[in-house]
Parts: sequence; structure tokens; C-alpha cells
Amino acid sequence: MSEAIKVPTMAEYMAEGKQPEVLFWVGCAGSFDDRAKKITKAFVKLLHKANIEFAVLGTEESCTGDPAKRAGNEFLFQMQAMGNIEVLNAYEVKKIVTACPHCFNTIKNEYPELGGNYEVMHHTQFLKTLLNEGRLKVEGGKFKGKRITFHDPCYLGRANGEYEAPRELLAKLEVELVEMKRCKTRGLCCGAGGAQMFKEPEPGSKDINIERTEEALETKPDIIAAGCPFCNTMMTDGVKGKEREGDVQVMDVAEMIANAEEL
Amino acid sequence: MQYIPNILFLIALVAGIGYFTKNIRKVIRNIKLGQEIGPLGDKKQRINNVIRIAMGQSKMVVRPVSGILHIFVYVGFIIINIEVVEIIIDGLFGTHRVLSFLGVTYDYLIAIFEVLAFLVLFGVTVFWIRRNVKKIKRFWSSEMKGWPKSDGNIILYIEMVLMILFLTMNAADQQLQAIDAAHYTKAGMFPISSFISPLFEGFSEATLIIIERTAWWLHILGILIFLNYLYFSKHLHIMLAFPNVYFGKVVPKGKFKNNEAVTNEVKLMMDPNADPFAAPAEGAEVPAKFGASDALDLSQIQLLNAYTCTECGRCTSECPANQTGKKLSPRKIMMDTRDRIEEIGKNIDANGEFKPDGKQLLGDYITTEELWACTTCNACVEACPVSIDPLSIIMEMRQYLVMEQSAAPNELNITMTNIENNGAPWPFNQMDRLNWKNEA
Repeated sequence: MSEAIKVPTMAEYMAEGKQPEVLFWVGCAGSFDDRAKKITKAFVKLLHKANIEFAVLGTEESCTGDPAKRAGNEFLFQMQAMGNIEVLNAYEVKKIVTACPHCFNTIKNEYPELGGNYEVMHHTQFLKTLLNEGRLKVEGGKFKGKRITFHDPCYLGRANGEYEAPRELLAKLEVELVEMKRCKTRGLCCGAGGAQMFKEPEPGSKDINIERTEEALETKPDIIAAGCPFCNTMMTDGVKGKEREGDVQVMDVAEMIANAEEL
Repeated sequence: MQYIPNILFLIALVAGIGYFTKNIRKVIRNIKLGQEIGPLGDKKQRINNVIRIAMGQSKMVVRPVSGILHIFVYVGFIIINIEVVEIIIDGLFGTHRVLSFLGVTYDYLIAIFEVLAFLVLFGVTVFWIRRNVKKIKRFWSSEMKGWPKSDGNIILYIEMVLMILFLTMNAADQQLQAIDAAHYTKAGMFPISSFISPLFEGFSEATLIIIERTAWWLHILGILIFLNYLYFSKHLHIMLAFPNVYFGKVVPKGKFKNNEAVTNEVKLMMDPNADPFAAPAEGAEVPAKFGASDALDLSQIQLLNAYTCTECGRCTSECPANQTGKKLSPRKIMMDTRDRIEEIGKNIDANGEFKPDGKQLLGDYITTEELWACTTCNACVEACPVSIDPLSIIMEMRQYLVMEQSAAPNELNITMTNIENNGAPWPFNQMDRLNWKNEA
């Protein structure tokens, strides 16, 4: 409780009769998962540093429905979607940023047909824009020269064709970016997508996150960079499984930027 | 009597093309058994895709070795087909090298055909080695046992034989031209077959004519046989790849289809004025089935996908589930779909209409274990050189399992209950969503 950060809600903005520049969609992982909450806070710090007027929905946010849809429960997905869209439209939200590629994909691609039309950005895209517009400055700081490999989240990369934004951010940190053999369009999934995060894997010879972590470790990285809370969990588990948590960290790109600045 | 070859040729041609047409019409009928697709839109993007992905083979060269070899075979077959035009005219009218009036152009054309024939032969031979000697993993997965494996090889053998016949024919022709045989027009340039031609040196004119005619006849008959083999093989992609790419997905890969039937139900549920006890109106439509359990529930595009698949296995080799030993193979999903729609087609042929056979795609072909292994990562969709979307079939079958049968894995049922009750996949209260801001 030492340092509560200022996180305004849409309700508060509305009470003041104001509109924030952007809605930060936190997502379930970002709200509840202990690891992902750190990403959420790091991103909030960056938003503050760049003086962005942002708000969250807070208790009015609900699951986008992505895991339900990918599990085949279209009914539950649409119920969730329509509920969220009602809230978003009531607040006249125009622009959304989220640190979760699953929320990003769902709101951006699957909400429009159900009546939700917003400009949706992944946090790496948003941060890139802030840098380009000069609203946020990033210097190498403590990651300068470190070996970093970036794991492409399926729902940011293949699903939405965004491979460069996170890499551009890493370049700004002056890291030594080493690509895995399977990267970008051919990036291997971490194993969490399609609601796999919430179930045991089907029988097989190996867990997907182990396969992917092994590939990441082959690049001899100091840090495995991720852009998705679920990939983060899967890769963190993989690194632990390989007993490498002592020398290899798994970090979200936003965390790296925030940490570089010692925010 | 002198017209007998022409008549035989005409019969072979009509029979060959006729039988092929009959089978292709069957394919089209079977595809149309699928669910109708709405207006497509994005015509420009689609045409662009056909030019880039299908004609330009842009996705093939992602894997450079097989990609470039495939371009040899692809370009070879398209260009060498110009030669087939000449062969057909010669066959029907008893002419010989009827296009030779083109002069130098003709010489160069023949030279190009020969070089391409050689490249095709080279490509196909390497393909055979990759399959049978190097035993590349994707050609040896479990779904490739038996017929699919033989099918792949048969196609390579036919292509080899066709190219060898073409070159043999030209080699004998050269010798005949050299000895001024009647009827053998002096035409053409033979950069490849001139290496075979010395083998026939000193043969009598009669022997040479027998060799040339035999090669000529076997070549054209081989082409007709190959044409008709397509329907029975995995090789329809040489034609269907083009429409398939046209109909391929043009929205972001992450955008999964909105299920309209569900939207109607959800809207009704959320409508405060809807009467929950209302009986369906007289003659009202039966609510649509949610998701797919059989090939007939799939869309026409998905069925076209199935007929287009040439079982190259790039999808499967990129699939994270498959790479880690799970049962799922996106290629098998497509092969199963094709096998099932073919089975339904044969059922219709035999009974006049589809007579329920107690089978369906789900369960009898594709198991739930395969479906639940998918991470929806789109690697298979990205990998397919001809824009096939195995993921869409997996998703529709999951929808059937969950919404029609309540047959989700138990952990997913718990996840979904959580989402429904507290708006998150985990059992956290929605009211606690913002607690993180007060945690150090």
C-alpha cells in the first residue's frame, strides 16, 4: 500500500464532464494475475510519464469474451461482447489501448460486427506512437547492450500483422536483439492461445511452452521479451521448468521501458 | 484407313476431357452442398491475392528450396501446355509441328519447352528424393500412411514419365529431321533432347518413326490420364488453388467469423421487450444449428479448401500442437473434410439424395482430442501457400461441441462459468478489478 498509483476511471471522468484521450483496457490477466499486474502498473507509469489523460473502466470492465469464443462458446462471447460494448458506447469511448493482444484482437476485430467501433491499439503500438510524437523519451538505460529475444504473441503478430512496434521499442532501449529461428510470421505459439491457458494440454510429447522456451534459451538471452500477459506466464513457467530463472528474465516490453527509466 | 489415328485421337481426347468434366462437375456439386456464403466484397484485394499468392507463388518461396523447385514445375507445366495445343491440332488433323510456320519464334518456343521440361524433371526428381530418401518429416506423419503417400509418389512418377516422353519424342524427331524423313518438318531448337538424340543415331527411319510416334502418343495419352487422375488424387490444387486464394480470408487472421445464428439469439435474450414464454410463430424457421458436426455444416469456401489441399503439410509442420506430439494435424483436418464430403457425394450419387449414413465428420473422422489441442495461433493459416483455413473448421466444430453438446473439457467449463458469473476466466470478483492500483 506504500505507493498507490493514480488510476482514474471512466466514471470519474464522466462525473467531471470530461473525456480522457484514451481508455486503458486492463484485461482480466492485467487486473488479477500477480505477474501481469506488474505489467499493468509499468504501463500506467509510462502513461503518467507521458502525461496521457487516460482512464480505466475499473469494476465496469468485464472479460472481452476471447477465451469463450476460442473455446467455441460463441454465445457467451457475444453476451460478454454486447455487455462491454454497451458500457464502452455509453462512455462514448473512441480510442482504446490494451496490454493484452487477446483483448486487443477481440475488441479491434470482433466487436465492430456487434456494434462496437473503436480505434484499438496494442500498448507497444501506443508507446511507439508516443515515442514518435516525442511525448515519451526512452533511452537505453540499464538494458543497453543486453541480449534480448522477442517472443511474438500470435494475436499481435500473425493475427494482426504487427511485428515491428515491439521491436522498435526494444531498439530504442539499445538492446542487442537476437531473433529466434521461428519468429515473426513463423513465430511459435507459447501454448496459451485458444483457451489452452485455462486447461491442461492434450496428451503429447512435450508442452508447447517448453518447446518455445528452449528455442528462446538457444539465443542465450539475458531477457525474453514478451508483449502478452499469457505468453509471459507461459514463458516464465518454461524458464522455471528449465531452472534458468536465476539468469534469464521474462519481461514485458512496457516493463522494460519503465525499468530502464527506473520509474 | 489413313484417318484411323485421327479418329482414335479424337476418341481419346473426347473421352479424356469428357470424363474429367464429369468429375469436376461432381466436385463443384459437392462444394455447393456447403453452406452458402454471403456477398464477398474486397474484390480488389482478392484479385491482388490471386496474382501475388497463387500466380506469383509468394507463399511457396517462404521455404526457398521446395518453393523454387515448385516454381520450376509450376511454370513448366503452364508453359509446356502451349505445346499441348500443337499436339492436339497435330493429332486431330494429322499435321506435324503445325505451329512451325512461326519460324524462329517456334524454334525458341521449343527450346524453352525443353529447358522447362528439364527443370520440371529436375524438380520432380528432387521432390521424390525429399519424400522417399530424405524422408522429410511432414511427408511421413501418420495421416500420410497408405494412399496419401502413394498418391504423392504416383503424381511425381507421372510427371517424370511425361517429361521423359516429351524429350524422347523431340530426340527422335531430330534424327528424323536429319535424315529428311517425309512429313517431319525441319523445325525447332532442342537444347536438351539433343543430348538424348545421339542414342538414336543410325536407327532406321521406320524405327525412329515408331519411337517418335510411341513417345508422342504416350505423351498425350499420359496427359489425358494425368488430367483424369487429378480428381482421384490430392492434385486438384493445380486448378483449385486460384479460386481458393480468391475466396481466402482478407480480414486480419485474428478476426474469427461472427456466428449470426448466435447473434440473433443473444439479441433476443437482451431485448427487454422479448416475451420469454412466446411460442415460435407459425411456420417460423427452425433455429440454425450452432457450429459444425458434419461436412454439410461447413461453408462452400471450407469445402473448396478441402478439395484444394494438396497435402504438402506445411500447416502441420508449423502447428505448435503437432510439433509437441499432440494428435492435431491441420492437414488431417482438411483431408478428413475432403474424405467426408466425397463420401457424402457418393451417397448422393447412389441414392439420388443424401441418405443418412450414421456417420459425421466429428467423431468418425476428426476426434475431439484433435480439436481441443488447437491454440488458434494461426500458424497453419499463415503457412498454407494457397490460403486454406483449417482453423475455421476447428473453431466451428468446437462451437458445435460446446453449444450443441455441452462437451467442453471440464476445465473450460469452469473457465466459462467464471466468465459468465464474474466476468473473468478466474474466480475473482468483478468488484475487485481495480484492486491492483492499491497494491504495492
